[in-house]
Amino acid sequence: MTTTTTSSAPVSDYKPDADGRLLEVDDLHVEFHTQEGVAKAINGVSFDLHQGETLAILGESGSGKSVTAQAVMGILDMPPAVIPSGAIRYCGQDLLTMPEEQRRKMRGPEISMIFQDALSSLNPTFPVGWQIGEMFRQHRGMNKSDAYAQAVRLMERVAIPAAKERVKQYPHQFSGGMRQRIMIAMAIALDPAVLIADEPTTALDVTVQAQIMALLAELQEERQMGLILITHDLGVVADVADRAAVMYAGRIVAKAGIDDLYARPAHPYTRGLLESIPRLDQKGQTLAAIGGLPPNLTRIPAGCAFNPRCRMAQDVCRTDVPALRDVGQQKSACHFAEEVLNG
Amino acid sequence: MGKYIVRRLLQMIPVILGATFIIFAMVFALPGDPTVGKCGERPCSAEYVAKFREEHNLNDPLVVQYGKYLGKFVQGDLGTNYYGIPVKEDLAQRYTITGRLALMAIAFEAVIGILAGVLAGVRKGRFIDNLVTVSTLFVISIPVFVIGVFLQYLFGIKWGIFPATVPSLDAPTSSLILPAFVLGSLSIAYVARLTRTNLVENLRSDYVRTAKAKGLTKNRAVGVHTLRNSLIPVVTFIGADFGGLLGGAIVTERIFNIQGVGGYIWRGINSRDGVAVVSTVTVLVIVYLLVNLLVDLLYGVLDPRISHD
Amino acid sequence: MTDTIAATVAPGAAGDDVGEARSLTQDAWRSLKKNKMFWISVALIGVFVLMAIWPSLFTSKDPGFGDINNVRATPSAEHWFGTDTQGYDIYARTIYGARASIIVGILASLTTLLLGGVLGVLAGFYGGWLDALLSRITDIFYAIPLILGGILFMASFPNGANSNYFVVVGKVVLVLTVFGWPTIARLMRSSVLQVKPNEYVLAARALGASPWRIIRSHILPNALAPAIVVATINLGVFIVVEATLSFLGIGLTPPAISWGVAISDALNAIRTYPHILLFPSLFLSLAVLAFILLGDAVRDAFDPKSR
Ligand SMILES: Nc1ncnc2c1ncn2[C@@H]1O[C@H](COP(=O)(O)OP(=O)(O)OP(=O)(O)O)[C@@H](O)[C@H]1O
Ligand code: SF4
Ligand SMILES: [Mg+2]
Repeated sequence: MTTTTTSSAPVSDYKPDADGRLLEVDDLHVEFHTQEGVAKAINGVSFDLHQGETLAILGESGSGKSVTAQAVMGILDMPPAVIPSGAIRYCGQDLLTMPEEQRRKMRGPEISMIFQDALSSLNPTFPVGWQIGEMFRQHRGMNKSDAYAQAVRLMERVAIPAAKERVKQYPHQFSGGMRQRIMIAMAIALDPAVLIADEPTTALDVTVQAQIMALLAELQEERQMGLILITHDLGVVADVADRAAVMYAGRIVAKAGIDDLYARPAHPYTRGLLESIPRLDQKGQTLAAIGGLPPNLTRIPAGCAFNPRCRMAQDVCRTDVPALRDVGQQKSACHFAEEVLNG
Repeated sequence: MGKYIVRRLLQMIPVILGATFIIFAMVFALPGDPTVGKCGERPCSAEYVAKFREEHNLNDPLVVQYGKYLGKFVQGDLGTNYYGIPVKEDLAQRYTITGRLALMAIAFEAVIGILAGVLAGVRKGRFIDNLVTVSTLFVISIPVFVIGVFLQYLFGIKWGIFPATVPSLDAPTSSLILPAFVLGSLSIAYVARLTRTNLVENLRSDYVRTAKAKGLTKNRAVGVHTLRNSLIPVVTFIGADFGGLLGGAIVTERIFNIQGVGGYIWRGINSRDGVAVVSTVTVLVIVYLLVNLLVDLLYGVLDPRISHD
Repeated sequence: MTDTIAATVAPGAAGDDVGEARSLTQDAWRSLKKNKMFWISVALIGVFVLMAIWPSLFTSKDPGFGDINNVRATPSAEHWFGTDTQGYDIYARTIYGARASIIVGILASLTTLLLGGVLGVLAGFYGGWLDALLSRITDIFYAIPLILGGILFMASFPNGANSNYFVVVGKVVLVLTVFGWPTIARLMRSSVLQVKPNEYVLAARALGASPWRIIRSHILPNALAPAIVVATINLGVFIVVEATLSFLGIGLTPPAISWGVAISDALNAIRTYPHILLFPSLFLSLAVLAFILLGDAVRDAFDPKSR
């Protein structure tokens, strides 16, 4: 299917390193400077992503998943966002020190992103084919009719029926699932090496959710993309992700292979999440198995940020920040990770 | 689409009838004797007055007069003014002046208003934003006739850049620049405010985030993706405001002594020339309603979510 | 025609029940209290209203006393704003002139709110033929530009040489009401149409609540806020229209004292004695500004999105 793309696609200037590592986020910090004060949304997040790998990022609402993704993408509004320290390396080059123009040109061909609400994320006043074709026109200098042809091809690829007829229709004329397929078509248009999907199925019906996840998995397999999958849906993650990172109050508190995460959680928060799976997507609602709400990011508790809600919290949790450390095959930021893992 | 237009045109009929009747009734009530001054220094002879009143149906009850007037109007006969000149001839000339004045005012609204609004919206909270906010509030709170007389004094009299008055019936377009600016000034301010508000709101929208994620330049994200959405309400405003523009033309034409529709209405009122006033205003109302229909159609083109079926 | 004005002011980002509407009001009040512009405009309006009610509080001079020997004087300790072409003290006349503008503005806003509100609610709530009829009537009055209607009306019913002050003011209020209510009616109607399909309204109807009760306790709390915002902003517009009519010589006329009259007098002397124009214009503009700012502040408070 990709004969046109591969032949017309310029060879990328960016090459992953020997073991296929595409992306490396290193001790990233993000703050929001608002009238209410400084919200420390991301407080030292590190992870990496390899070719053909799917990394799931999990966590409650407000834990910083989207901010992390948008920082990688370079689409945070600064101000109010500030990145005081950290590095985001793509194929060895630090994106944060790169000139903005160079970075902009990478969005689409190298790193791409899809969002939760496809209806509001697509421009209501332009045809969908025009919006998909814009990728080719702007990044490849393609003319309008060729770009439309590419749009039709992509819409067919993401299984939109009657793509030729519908390419000139507007977003509001499609169903929710179809709109998300259009977002996906737009994101994979230029064969990116990294695709970030920020809750791609949250706004959809259950049956449609499964179809979209299957489509993402299929495309990832086919193109050997590195996929970052941000989701609330722990059930879906189990089938498609290779590894998972769990975020809490702007930190990664646990990292594990997907099977370990489910079978042997090494952090009290992960365990709580697993126990409250059905309710996880209800924003603002207390997690059944955990209770309480995430902290206000302008006043993150001292010590382990999770301590006010943790059933295992001891004095040390209220004073010392637990580092993310190896625990068996996994990583966990808990003073009592071993006990959790084994108990 | 065709059906929609037909339905709208049909809906317009009762509105035109009602509006013209109200205007007719008010003009009917105009006090004073229209024959005063028609016969030199002396009062007119009883005979003349009787003939005059008969000719202009002034002895019939209001509704009958209105009916007779309407009967002629739909046949394209706008009547003759009290000097015996067909109103249609007068109007043709005067509408070209006021038409140019209004179009230029709208051009000022569109160009200056949108430009100022975009600059302010894109640089929200910066100097230019504050400048636009303050100066638009300034313009909105000062009555147009004060602005008009003031600018007339500065540009027309003190510096002599533009003519201070434009009394000619075939005034060149360039002489209408200053009056058109004055006429449009209030709307320029409103357009700027509206553009800014919409732009700021749309700049925060999800699809602008998408545009950034697509690797588009900032100019394209703002210029192509945000502007179109932001301008849809502005177009509606300019259309709805057209009526205010026509009303404002009376004031502006008075200040600059322009022989347009506004001046004509004003003179008609003062000389108790009912037919002239009613016909002029009726045409004005019809133009206004048609402009509104046009704007609604344009709205459907700009915003694909609206369908006129 | 589209409901333009209605569309620019979204009817209360309104809640799903009345409790929520009430807390919306509380939220709005809380954010209003923190808004500097709100307090500035309230203070200005307070001063102008006081000026209108009790002008002698601000000046001991007689605005009707013209000193022929001291015309067009520039500001001095004796005459703070100077004197005008007839030797009147401009400061005193500016203070006394507030009354006409403030009365016209406030009364016309109240009457348009009342008339437009009632007709809009009736049209939106009952729908059907009543809506069709009222909407056409609204269209009819909407089709006549305010200034034009005002000019025709005031010319048709001119003031006598010694018409009573309040009769003239009342006429201006009447004409502003007659041609000013449609914006409010359209806005109100579309607010009602937005609120009506909500479940709590349907439930109240099913339970046999009287229409008046439903309107009062379910519809008005949600639909009133945007209408009040527009009425406040219109207040400024009405003040300007009143002055414009005076400028055209068909609104208030001397010997009545008003900003409009003072401004149109002063316009003749703009070249030589600009200070005569400055002060009444300044006061009028400040009054208009105050109401616009108040309207903006209230709108922002009810519609947090617009901040
Ligand atoms: N523009 C902003 N200004 C101020 N604070 C912000 C801004 N954007 C995000 N935040 C804060 O950063 C924190 C993390 O937000 P983020 O959107 O990353 O959460 P999330 O994990 O994606 O949650 P969700 O599941 O709700 O999407 C939140 O507490 C939020 O309040
Ligand atoms: S460090 Fe303490 S508070 Fe934090 S998760 Fe572990 S046990 Fe709970
Ligand atoms: Mg998110």
